[in-house]
Amino acid sequence: MSDNLMRVQPIRNGTVIDHIKAGRGRKVLDALELIDKGTTITLLMHVPSKKNSSKDVIKIEDRELSASESQKLALLSPGAHVNIIRNFVVAEKNVAELPESISEMAVCSNGNCISNNERGAKTNFNIINDGSLSIQCVYCGRKIIENNIEFI
Amino acid sequence: MKHVVSISDLSKKQILSILKRAKELVPVAKGKKKSKSLDGKILATCFFEPSTRTRLSFETAMQRLGGTCIGFADPSATSHLKGETLVDGIRMVAGYADAVLLRHPQEGSARLASENSEVPLINGGDGAGQHPTQTLLDLFTINEEMGKMEGLNVGMLGDLRYGRTVHSLSHALAKFNNKLSFISPDSLSMPSYVTDDLSCDWSSHNSIEDVLNDLDILYVTRIQKERFPDLEEYKKVASAYVIDSDLLKNAKSSMRILHPLPRVTEISTDVDGTNHAAYFRQAFNGVPVRMALLEQLIGGKK
Repeated sequence: MSDNLMRVQPIRNGTVIDHIKAGRGRKVLDALELIDKGTTITLLMHVPSKKNSSKDVIKIEDRELSASESQKLALLSPGAHVNIIRNFVVAEKNVAELPESISEMAVCSNGNCISNNERGAKTNFNIINDGSLSIQCVYCGRKIIENNIEFI
Repeated sequence: MKHVVSISDLSKKQILSILKRAKELVPVAKGKKKSKSLDGKILATCFFEPSTRTRLSFETAMQRLGGTCIGFADPSATSHLKGETLVDGIRMVAGYADAVLLRHPQEGSARLASENSEVPLINGGDGAGQHPTQTLLDLFTINEEMGKMEGLNVGMLGDLRYGRTVHSLSHALAKFNNKLSFISPDSLSMPSYVTDDLSCDWSSHNSIEDVLNDLDILYVTRIQKERFPDLEEYKKVASAYVIDSDLLKNAKSSMRILHPLPRVTEISTDVDGTNHAAYFRQAFNGVPVRMALLEQLIGGKK
């Protein structure tokens, strides 16, 4: 039995997010608001990986990640794998892919942007992936780099 | 073309077509020829922050083409103060008019409004954001003054950091392959989010003397007192960027000075009488350019 398997038990139902950029696991937990939801969560950080030198892994019991959560995940860690587990078996396996745009997912950092001032306004961003990852507000045009994205 | 929120909403071809039509409309703008191309059409002018030139030139443009305007020049007389959202206000106004002109203090307001307007929405300035009709009239002025708007050396002077007119104009001039020189104190220099996207040659300078004798166009903007925490510092900076007739002895005789107005002290009044001064003609040009745009958006007959 490999070291990795020894560390954590397999889950019966839920989601295993694998190949998260090393060190990003905590941010993923925060952004997806996985903590405080009552489900059992396991976070592994800096797990040795064949693909990269190390990775983070999150196991969420009894909860399947939604499509919009996968999009958020893609922004935080493009290329992360989302494995949906049903009865100990991988039922679905997806790679988190960057969408072209996101809606109602992040906050514009421009305090004078209409999206921060109009009651009921939704936020919308286009994704810019030209080597480095950033999002651009559809309304005011503000660009926010990956590290500074504040999720709703 | 349905809405005009940002100059980048317009293709090069659309810009050229507006400028061409604007040129034809100059006699109408001056009241020498009559037109009824927008007969019966109504423009709603919604000013959530005051503006003189933009509002008056749009109202003139509309009326010279036989159309009329409704609207407000000051939000204090509207339901905005009762807590009405911009989106609700725009949906209502769009039902009363054939096009809506919006000036609003917050960035992105025009884009949000356009998503909720059944009729064409024109951005008349959204905070520090976009002001596309100013850019169109700046381009028109450059073309009128120089006989072309490509291959020129264009200097931009003053507050390049917060000045929305110079941001949009830089993008537009880059499309037409001009060379840009940005002249400002370091604290007010052109932001990298503008220069990163420029597809033309550009350079930055602290002193106007470095580039003046090469320029075909000098676009001057006002350095605002509010940008400086210290009044002494403001005076020092502002006085270092004043254009007067003495300085202009080193400029090409064909060099033209533009300014979006209002000016305060950045262009000395002794420049007004020289060949270089184009800023009052530029202010007039707002009328034919806005006429041409309104015709294209509301679909008047020629």
